Amino acid sequence: MRIKVHPVLGPLKGKATIEIEVDGRRISAIPGEMISSALIAAGIKVFRTTHKKGEPRGYFCGIGQCTDCMMTVDNIPSVRTCITPVSKGMKIKTQYGHGKWEV
Amino acid sequence: MGSMSMLTTDVAVVGAGPAGLYAAIEAAKAGAKTTIINEYVEPGGQLTKQIHKFFGSKEHAAGVRGIDISAKLLGSIDELKVEKRMGTLVWSIFHSNILAIAHNGKSEMLRANKIILATGASENAFAFPGWTLPGVMGAGAAQTLINLQRILPGNRVLMVGAGNVGLIVAFQLLQAGSEVVAVVDALPYISGYCVHSAKIARAGIPILTSHTVKKAYGEISVEGVMVVKVDNQCKPIPKSEQDMKVDTICIAVGLTPLVELAWLANCRFTWVASLGGYVPLYDDKMETTVKGIYVAGDAAGIEEASTAMEEGSIAAISAVESLGLMTQQRAYALRAEAYERLRSFRIGPFGKLRDQGKQFIWRERQKYAERI
Repeated sequence: MRIKVHPVLGPLKGKATIEIEVDGRRISAIPGEMISSALIAAGIKVFRTTHKKGEPRGYFCGIGQCTDCMMTVDNIPSVRTCITPVSKGMKIKTQYGHGKWEV
Repeated sequence: MGSMSMLTTDVAVVGAGPAGLYAAIEAAKAGAKTTIINEYVEPGGQLTKQIHKFFGSKEHAAGVRGIDISAKLLGSIDELKVEKRMGTLVWSIFHSNILAIAHNGKSEMLRANKIILATGASENAFAFPGWTLPGVMGAGAAQTLINLQRILPGNRVLMVGAGNVGLIVAFQLLQAGSEVVAVVDALPYISGYCVHSAKIARAGIPILTSHTVKKAYGEISVEGVMVVKVDNQCKPIPKSEQDMKVDTICIAVGLTPLVELAWLANCRFTWVASLGGYVPLYDDKMETTVKGIYVAGDAAGIEEASTAMEEGSIAAISAVESLGLMTQQRAYALRAEAYERLRSFRIGPFGKLRDQGKQFIWRERQKYAERI
């Protein structure tokens, strides 16, 4: 959920003017925001599953250190979504295990 | 085949948080060609999400919010024409003066006469059954979401850790619109400042000391958490479990210096618990055991933004002195002033421990110098 009003930061200035695709589903995003932000705003919590046990992982450290939030972005696997900004028409996929390089 | 281009600079600063920004400003002011490199696409580090007002004295911007300090520093960086390389990862250091940098999938080499590592810290994890479920995240990670990205991580939150980070972020989650169910801490007391815990108490949020997380549960993401009371040996007390329905668990159990680059550069290290773990050895000029490589801020031991800024300055003053861009007398005087200001932060029960940690590092650095 987006924080539209904030007692210190004021009203939300950014507007969700672009669309990205997540597992075939179109969601809106604010230019410049991180992929993980657009996903969480759309209610998506599971970003990938682990290689051995298939356990779900999501946003954890927010600074590109833990690699829990890695997804396949425009056919490139293991992109850290918390430090990668969205761009128009970006195709994002939930990553299973190590993912597949499809370039 | 294309050969890698070699870029050059006088002073390379790695990290554009409070320590790095101060270092870059000080180096550029002295006339050094300065390059600041940051992995995140925007500079400012953790300042960009700190919407609370700072403490301390006027020199340390007391009463000013972190976000406003950041904006001012970024203005100075631009005025001084510091070269900015944002969204750029430093993936190694070669021959103690060449930084391997990558931007948009392309690697380049940057030769720097002096390197200042201001790489900051990462949050400590806390393992309990269910801690890997989506919905469990660092308190700082949640703070990034709410204050920088303007996204609510969840509706009902449990905060683990009643230190300053836990208390501040719990309050900021409230400001953002989440319900904070409780703050728990295994310690029998609240370790954060009273001014922060008082805000939480006034909001009617219970701060449960001598409590910890037994487990988090949920199908594919957090649906709830079992909190348990612990005795003074930190052992769970049977039948004291409380089931709390939450969708988010924030972990605020300390920070660890991010020092991979110092390891890669072959700097000597020591363990200092009060400063967050392994830190590179350095002297009062913030120079590590590798000549020309300096360290500042949380990467030199976990403290706070105000101390990080001073250390950034000290490192840069020493670097430009060594480059011959500043006289020894002036550098000595500026460092002495910075240490005088630092003194006010390194007193009191917490500050004193950190001060002792710093003194320990300097002594270890001295011993190392005597050995070689």
